Amino acid sequence: MKHIAIGVLGAAAFGFAASAASAATLDDVKAKGFIQCGVSTGLAGFSAPDDKGEWQGIDADFCRAVAAAVFGDGTKVKFTPLSAKERFTALQSGEIDILSRNTTWTINRDTALGLNFVGTTYYDGQGFMINAKKLPGVNSALQLSGAAVCVQSGTTTELNLADYFKSNKMEYNPVVFEKLEEVNAAYDAGRCDVYTTDQSGLYGIRLTLGAPADHVVLPEIISKEPLGPAVRQGDDQWYHIVKWTYFALLDAEELGITKANVDEMKNSDSPEIKRVLGQEADTKIGTDLGVSNDWVVNIVKAVGNYGEMFERNVGSGSPLKIARGINALWTKGGLQYAPPIR
Amino acid sequence: MASQEVLREEPSRGSFINDPRVRGIFFQALVLVLLVAGVWWVTHNVIVNLARLHIASGFGFLKGRAGFDISESAIAYSSDSTYFRAILVGFINTVIVAVVGIITATIIGFIVGIGRLSRNWLIRKICTVYVEIFRNIPPLLVIFFWYSGVLAVLPPPRESINLPFGSFLNQRGFYFPRAIWGEGSWLILVALLLGIAMAWFVARKARQRQMATGQPFPVLWTSIALIVGLPLLAYALSGFPLSFEFPKQSTFNLVGGFQVRPEFLSLYLALSCYTAAFIAEIVRAGIRGVSTGQTEAAAALGLRSGSILRLVVVPQAMRIVIPPLTSQYLNLTKNSSLAIAIGYPDLTATAGTVLNQTGQAVEGVVIMMAVYLALSLITSAIMNVVNARMALVER
Amino acid sequence: MQEHDMSWVRTEMTLAQPAPSSERGLTAWIRKNLIATTGDAILTIVGIALVAMILPQIVNWAFINAQWIGPDRSVCATVAQGGIQPDGWTGACWAFVNAKFGQFMFGTYPVEERWRPIVVAILFVALLVPLLIPRVPRKGLNAILLFLALPVVAFVLLVGGMFGLPHVETSRWGGLLVTLSLSFVGIAVSLPIGIVLALGRRSNMPIVKLLCVIFIETVRGIPLITVLFFASVMLPLFLPAGVSFDKFLRALIGVSLFAAAYMAEVVRGGLQAIPKGQYEGADSLGLSYWQKMGLVVMPQALKLVIPGIVNTFIGMFKDTSLVIVISMFDLLGIVKQNFSDANWATPQTARSGLVFAAFIFWLFCFGMSRYSMYTERRLDTGHKR
Repeated sequence: MKHIAIGVLGAAAFGFAASAASAATLDDVKAKGFIQCGVSTGLAGFSAPDDKGEWQGIDADFCRAVAAAVFGDGTKVKFTPLSAKERFTALQSGEIDILSRNTTWTINRDTALGLNFVGTTYYDGQGFMINAKKLPGVNSALQLSGAAVCVQSGTTTELNLADYFKSNKMEYNPVVFEKLEEVNAAYDAGRCDVYTTDQSGLYGIRLTLGAPADHVVLPEIISKEPLGPAVRQGDDQWYHIVKWTYFALLDAEELGITKANVDEMKNSDSPEIKRVLGQEADTKIGTDLGVSNDWVVNIVKAVGNYGEMFERNVGSGSPLKIARGINALWTKGGLQYAPPIR
Repeated sequence: MASQEVLREEPSRGSFINDPRVRGIFFQALVLVLLVAGVWWVTHNVIVNLARLHIASGFGFLKGRAGFDISESAIAYSSDSTYFRAILVGFINTVIVAVVGIITATIIGFIVGIGRLSRNWLIRKICTVYVEIFRNIPPLLVIFFWYSGVLAVLPPPRESINLPFGSFLNQRGFYFPRAIWGEGSWLILVALLLGIAMAWFVARKARQRQMATGQPFPVLWTSIALIVGLPLLAYALSGFPLSFEFPKQSTFNLVGGFQVRPEFLSLYLALSCYTAAFIAEIVRAGIRGVSTGQTEAAAALGLRSGSILRLVVVPQAMRIVIPPLTSQYLNLTKNSSLAIAIGYPDLTATAGTVLNQTGQAVEGVVIMMAVYLALSLITSAIMNVVNARMALVER
Repeated sequence: MQEHDMSWVRTEMTLAQPAPSSERGLTAWIRKNLIATTGDAILTIVGIALVAMILPQIVNWAFINAQWIGPDRSVCATVAQGGIQPDGWTGACWAFVNAKFGQFMFGTYPVEERWRPIVVAILFVALLVPLLIPRVPRKGLNAILLFLALPVVAFVLLVGGMFGLPHVETSRWGGLLVTLSLSFVGIAVSLPIGIVLALGRRSNMPIVKLLCVIFIETVRGIPLITVLFFASVMLPLFLPAGVSFDKFLRALIGVSLFAAAYMAEVVRGGLQAIPKGQYEGADSLGLSYWQKMGLVVMPQALKLVIPGIVNTFIGMFKDTSLVIVISMFDLLGIVKQNFSDANWATPQTARSGLVFAAFIFWLFCFGMSRYSMYTERRLDTGHKR
């Protein structure tokens, strides 16, 4: 029975990722040489494996941006697909370093669950989708009384749904599934009249249905769903790195720094751009943060600025074709606003 | 002579290390110490982890407002109910599906098991194919098949299939009229219970008389008359209090009446079909375990084939069948947790949602484990009683 | 003299007469097996009706109308659904299975590295087949290679990270690769643990016995899903901060411990069937506990319970499909994940994928159960009492 011992030893060799204390996630990450990033099990535009098994989407790219900031190399990320149920314990226990899994920022999660949200990479809201062919004449969520509603369990969506129907004194039949694929399949098979989840998700899901053109997303948005990455509580340095990676993506867009022109921009005349890209003499911005001074250059080289990331994954460059809307920069009437890097 | 003296000497054990009793105690002490140390280590880690992450522990969260809705609930439940009630709803759903599943699986299992021993070649082959298919694919797949099959075959709600007695069948489930018990309907229930009690009494008396005098008594017809007749009489006497609420078409779905949802339907059918394949094999082995000599001896006594089966073969076969049958019942109960894959709100599903909404992972999993363990222990206790009664038949 | 003529005794047998025509041929077979009584005849008619109703539909769907190759969903969708098939067409979409076959087998294992699992599979088959055929000699060497050498080689090849092979993290494993590796390791680990637990349960040491009973009965009393939840949600909190294990390894531990409890009960059944004389005989020869168990009792007990062991293996193989609930992608998981691929979304996709997965599972389980029946018959001879 020695093979077991060997099996276990072998398993231990690749299985255990022991590290000192969680207080220094940065040292951990540097020691192991990559960032472990928790993503969804597959949501188009946010995090989903492509044909080659590479994770694509805003959430996946955000982790690449953090890896670029830390290592100067956006490929030093490993992805862990997580269900809604597993995501928080995975982060709490140290299995992953960042949770970047279209997760809604709520006070409960920020406090009782021991997480720290770093910002909102995507401002979303919960919406409804119906099959317009089967239900002609329904054009508002307020007409949905008595409908069967498909929803994913263990999400804020499930709670918002209950609140919305209750406050509008409407009845509904919840049809609840554990996995997104299961909700999709049930909705497509006609098990329920209405599909509810974050509106961005609805657009993505619509593409995977048997006849996408039959389905319409209703105009109502019934909740605020600020989706963003989260880290563990109690490690300010790591929290700052992840948070400022997000801000750097926004500032880069605001300053017009793109993947294509980042090298030219290093020699820009603008002191602000030079400062952001770490070209100022004796700059300590990066090293104070715990990364190299050209961290913004690395980030933009790896994934582009926020706008590029958005358009590539969910915007005009993707099948989802979602408009920037409230996710535009504050200068363009949106909500994305970053403190200055100085 | 010398050898006798040697025998009388105390056997030399050498060092006390070689004494099996000492070794046993030492070994057990070691195991105990390791166990206690392990438990302490784990508890310590949990406490440290929870404190570090600022996660509250304890079962206090059960009193909080659940905030989510559950599609199927046998007791009153809304999003304002507590987490505890949500888990309770899940528990009741698990019990419901397990009980009806066990009954159906037993019936199908016995039919198929006997079918596999049939003289009829075709029936034998059909039953064999059934058993070999269902035994060899994962239950989860069977559930998916039923679910996607049920959804694919049935029409959308607007094109519902009309069935007799105001029932409907569509993708949203099976709808049938709900009985509304009016004033005085308790009389019917009392009459029914009375009928059953009297039928049981009559059957006992009849058997005693047959044992004593050999005179048979038409027990079946009397019982039917008592069990059906008495409640009908009560129904008439109390002024026909029963009315029905029929399902009606509305904008989206049928409303009113009683609804059996497709999630329940497919889980129930899948669990029954899957477990039935195993029960069929158990029944077959049980019947074949009774030697043909028994059947032949019974025939020689002049018993008819029905009586042979009822009085000689089945009681003996049951003794072989019941222990493995128990573990199949337990398996069915445990497999009902697969409901999570098709969204039937059983214990695993509701407790899982609660776990996720509150972040109380440890408590959530502990509740799940404890409840299933209790269910299993109760089921095996009941089956042990049945088994003990069956074993008494042996002389 | 006359009396002598009367007592004539035949000295040779008459030639055997053919059975009467009513007992021979197709008609007799039909009469006996299909229409022996009125009840039988009715059953036969019902049976034929059942088969006639179901079989043509299945054949039509799975073979005649099925689409075997195609670039995307259009081959499996009707015109109304945006495809090329006439309205009312239903048939299996094997083109979907065909296009995704690589993923179904290997998950998202990098394409250029897929030769590694293939090599492991070939080695596995090459070592397993001779072990299963009783006539092939050198069973000992064979078993050592299969259970000692293969895991090491498989580990090096599949995980990589040494000898110049790129590292492939387990989150990229998937499909049949995960199903088979989980069950193989699970089988190899659960049997010895199960034996130890069974011995512990029959031990004279009360504490050891109690612990084994508690473990076995607890695990047997809860569903595998809860065990997997435990492994995925709770286990991380049991370890000191910063220590975590691979999800694959956690699933492996969960599945193995679960199977070990069932295995323990099967082995215990075998132990109980061994007559007391065998234990006493071994004791009287002065064998130690482990010698007694290893040389006398276990070989007999395990032989008795081979069918039970194989049944537990089959159960475990089927149970690996549950890792889907902790978002690992075994065969069933990856098939289901691909349903949401927009390129292949048609009404037939899901059914075809599920049938394919069911067929693969069925093939393995049916094979195992047939082999167990064969071994049972082969070993049966020595144990007729």
